[in-house]
Amino acid sequence: MREKIVLDLGKLPLHGMGTASVTWWGTLAFMLIEGTGFALVIAVYLYLMSLATAWPINTPPPDLLPGTLVTLILLTSLIPNILLSRWAEQQDLRKVRIGMVMMSMIGTLPLIVRIFEFPALKVSWDSNAYGSVVWTLLGLHTTHIITDLVDTLVLAALVFTRHGRSPRRFGDVQDNAMYWNFVVATWLPIYGCIYWLARL
Amino acid sequence: MKQSAAAPEQRDIDVERAQLTDALAETWKTPSGLWGALATVDHKIIGRRYIFTAFVFLALGGVLAALMRIQLAQPEARLLGPDRYNQIFTMHGANMMFLFAVPVMEAVAVYLVPLMVGTRNIAFPRLNAFSYWIYLAGGALLWIAFALDMGPDVGWFAYVPLSGPQYGTGKRADIWAQMITFTEISALAVAVEFVVTIFKQRAPGMTLDRIPVFVWAMLVTSFLVIMAMPAIVLASTSLILDRLVGTHFYNPAEGGDVLLWQHLFWFFGHPEVYIIFLPAVGMVSTMIEPFARRPTFGYLGLVMALIATGILAFGLWVHHMFVAGLPRLGDSFFTASSMAIAIPAGIQIFCWLATLWDGRPVFKSPLLFIIGFIVTFVIGGLTGVMVASVPFDTQVHDTYFVVAHFHYVLIGGAVFPLLGAIHYWFPKLTGRMMSEALGQWSFWLIFVGFNATFFPMHILGLEGMPRRIYTYQPDLPWHGLNLFVSLSAVILTAGFLLFFINVMRSARFGEIALDNPWDAPTLEWATTSPPPSYNFAMIPVVGSLHPLWDDRDGLPVADGLRTDRRELIVTTLATAEPQAREASPQNSIWPLWAAIATTIMLIWSIFSPWAVVWGSIPAAVALIGWFWPKGTPEDES
Amino acid sequence: MLAAPLAGCGGNWQSALDVYGSSAISLKHLIILIVAVCSLVWMLVLIALIAALWRSRDARPVSPEPGRERRMTIAVTGAVVATVLIIGTFTVMSFVATRALTVAGQDDLTIRVRGLQWWWGLEYIGPDPSSRFETANEIHIPVGRKVRLELEGLDVIHSFWVPSLAGKQDLVPGRPNELTIRAEHAGIYRGQCAEFCGMQHAHMALLVIAEPQDDFDKWAATQRQTAAQPADEQTAAGLQTFLAKPCAACHTIRGTAAVGTTGPDLTHVGNRRTIAAGLFETTRGSLAAWIADPQTIKPGNNMPMVPLTPDELRAVSAYLASLK
Repeated sequence: MREKIVLDLGKLPLHGMGTASVTWWGTLAFMLIEGTGFALVIAVYLYLMSLATAWPINTPPPDLLPGTLVTLILLTSLIPNILLSRWAEQQDLRKVRIGMVMMSMIGTLPLIVRIFEFPALKVSWDSNAYGSVVWTLLGLHTTHIITDLVDTLVLAALVFTRHGRSPRRFGDVQDNAMYWNFVVATWLPIYGCIYWLARL
Repeated sequence: MKQSAAAPEQRDIDVERAQLTDALAETWKTPSGLWGALATVDHKIIGRRYIFTAFVFLALGGVLAALMRIQLAQPEARLLGPDRYNQIFTMHGANMMFLFAVPVMEAVAVYLVPLMVGTRNIAFPRLNAFSYWIYLAGGALLWIAFALDMGPDVGWFAYVPLSGPQYGTGKRADIWAQMITFTEISALAVAVEFVVTIFKQRAPGMTLDRIPVFVWAMLVTSFLVIMAMPAIVLASTSLILDRLVGTHFYNPAEGGDVLLWQHLFWFFGHPEVYIIFLPAVGMVSTMIEPFARRPTFGYLGLVMALIATGILAFGLWVHHMFVAGLPRLGDSFFTASSMAIAIPAGIQIFCWLATLWDGRPVFKSPLLFIIGFIVTFVIGGLTGVMVASVPFDTQVHDTYFVVAHFHYVLIGGAVFPLLGAIHYWFPKLTGRMMSEALGQWSFWLIFVGFNATFFPMHILGLEGMPRRIYTYQPDLPWHGLNLFVSLSAVILTAGFLLFFINVMRSARFGEIALDNPWDAPTLEWATTSPPPSYNFAMIPVVGSLHPLWDDRDGLPVADGLRTDRRELIVTTLATAEPQAREASPQNSIWPLWAAIATTIMLIWSIFSPWAVVWGSIPAAVALIGWFWPKGTPEDES
Repeated sequence: MLAAPLAGCGGNWQSALDVYGSSAISLKHLIILIVAVCSLVWMLVLIALIAALWRSRDARPVSPEPGRERRMTIAVTGAVVATVLIIGTFTVMSFVATRALTVAGQDDLTIRVRGLQWWWGLEYIGPDPSSRFETANEIHIPVGRKVRLELEGLDVIHSFWVPSLAGKQDLVPGRPNELTIRAEHAGIYRGQCAEFCGMQHAHMALLVIAEPQDDFDKWAATQRQTAAQPADEQTAAGLQTFLAKPCAACHTIRGTAAVGTTGPDLTHVGNRRTIAAGLFETTRGSLAAWIADPQTIKPGNNMPMVPLTPDELRAVSAYLASLK
């Protein structure tokens, strides 16, 4: 089959940023998957709550302190996170390096508080269905913080190497920051579910 | 901006056309030998591997079916005891649904979608490789367990409390649940690849209304996978938690609910059947064009029907629970929605009939399978309308009537198009044509054998025969029909055997195929049969829905891409204008390492919850190795 | 094995098409109507398909013509509209028929049905609590009266299905369910568990015997009585063996020291047409065969093999057969 050349692609950049980046779209798709998962667990919580005569089952509602503390930490962390994303967009390597180290450290804070949050639920996962679903909700979100933290640490190491100075890496930093926003955003309905629905 | 190392970059415009294919082949090739096979990221190699594996599972599932039919041919037969039979029917269902039907549709799409949209590789090629290994691991888990008499025996949908900690003894139900995790990870990965490939890697000029219907079908299917599979991951994980660490999701004595399982399972389970069915109807809409020798009638209606089906698919799940005791008013809503989904199905059928009416048919095997599909699928769809009615369903639910219904829609609605698709795309995959004579014989044997096997089951169900029974008593009037069904299954088996023989012989000795043996209009036919590793020497530029019918001799293309690194084009979502030249990863062994680490973690977690902690460490290491940049030209930006 | 008296006079006694209950009769009308309309629709599609292929079989080249596309669009739209109307009609028909699932009538005969792996426990809860009694696997009901079945799953999910009388309903642990039936004709109707419940799901049958009110009252009166006293030496020995061996740990025989509840109530087992949930016709021989080796006959079921000497076996089976 003959080919007729009708278009020249040579001037296009070697890597797309933002919505022209396949990893941005991949991150978005992953967020959709995880978001659906979280929504379903919340639906299970509401379903079991609707069946129960008393809720929580045989236990007082969870202690507010650790969970609220985690919420505050997460919300506050959005500020450096969004700053970091902006610096990455500006492709400022020095600031990005500082920002990545910062986010690596900030990412551990909620995990430390979370060690106290699980016992503050005042119920064990194997006591009853209420215990099972709140531990699952909290556990799932914790898993997300941990995996995102590992991601952040690896990326932080990477920006200090020779691979750090490239638009591709800045795009990765932006995607990583977007995912952290998602981790914080998904926490809010879960927080409302675990701590406030139980008090209704 | 990073400085390029060593050699200056080379573009296709720098190279003579005769040397272009060599230069591209060098950059895109998969080396022969073991390392090449394990490290390839070429969607065509992975796709062919996937298709082959799925058909192996089909054959294994068929053997299980044959055993069941021999057992049921006589009342109180002694071939299979209850334990073995219960494992066999569970394996048959789980294997066919999770290891054959969904993966084979994805596999065909993994091969075809990048070619059809005019790109060089699927998005996230290493993830694609990973997803195949995970699929293989899940299948191996299930079948090895079965061989060790540890196969699940709780039905393919594993209702609690039968599959729960109290009544589901041993590890059988855990193996089922973890096999689910493997196959769901695999399917989710591929779904993400499709969404990104279809949204962002289409050839310049392939606007939304120029996307082939099969590609639309895969886009909708991928969204179904993304939104539905989390439900079953949640269900299977919570089942393992109930069984392994004592949670109470499904224990009514501690605030759990038995029906919660059914809600979660079927919220996934109903979209699951559309995950199988939509790619099949996408294949029909795309395949029918060269065999009717005209464009498919009603492109907009067909695409809307796909989208409507996908959305409606999420609103039907309670129709699997009509006799579980839920409030009647709620059930009636699901009757209405389950009946409504017949409407987009009808739209598609009428469009195909119109295409055939106005077309000039070419009676080759692919068209025979399309015709067989229409005849059989309509029966299945109509019995679906019947079971959608709550009162009707109270008599036929959990009987052989339902077994008949779902085999009609699955085999009629998905396998027939698939067999036609294999005949149709075989020349593209292998460079050889399948035997037309064997194709016609296998079609007729399968068509007659299928209807003779499954139609009587409608009657058996109405005559009181429940499903999932390992035997029945002689005083019930089911012997005659069961014997007839079992004998008919021999014809069906013969048809499939002939199909497999056709595939295997043709792969070696079939007539050599041209680039476009069917005179079809879509982009995959614009390259050689089989395509080179880089798919297209130059990316096509598309001006219509039927690029190869616009001009049968000349293909508009774009140049300017590099030949010394793996490059493809990222375009805008709606209008497919070029935005960037994106790098496509080189071959890599890391997906295999990551798959091995994940497999160890998942299998270990059947036995201990700590596997999730310790097993995640090698998995994390493998993922870091995967993503760490290797300093190749593909890293440049 | 089971020489069965069939429902009515000939025909299938477990069939949605051989119907004798008010629900099942209404459902059969719906089934026939929908099947008839659907068959017609399928025929029309087939005719359209054959016509489409037949008319185009000679390969004359065709030039595109906007008029033809427009005509086809009208035809396809018409077909879609017709589909919508048929679907709408079916939906309405289905809603109307749903009312047939609840039977009308005076509500004073209630039977609690318990589903267990792999038999049916039955408790008759009449209007008068002192006249309750328990039995298993065989339900008697008076013809023409509404009967309410309270369905309880005790271990896994089972499903109560007697197609000649009514559609099915599941027995779900933790979720009490209900089914109302009314037999319009006297007869014996067979049912079978219709939700996979494990090893012996295939052998979890039950009988529903609809009889005139007088016969039903006589049957119920007999059932309320305690077990028949052993009439001779052999049956007396049988009772002793029954009490001495593990039998009494699982089974109840009212009026004796046997008060186990894991297995079916055997107070009037001799009167039941079948044993082992529909597996055998009740005779002394079949009772002996069953007791001798339940695991070979119904592998995996919850009744263990209890080793008995031949004399013990003869005595126990004679005793149980005498419990009418």
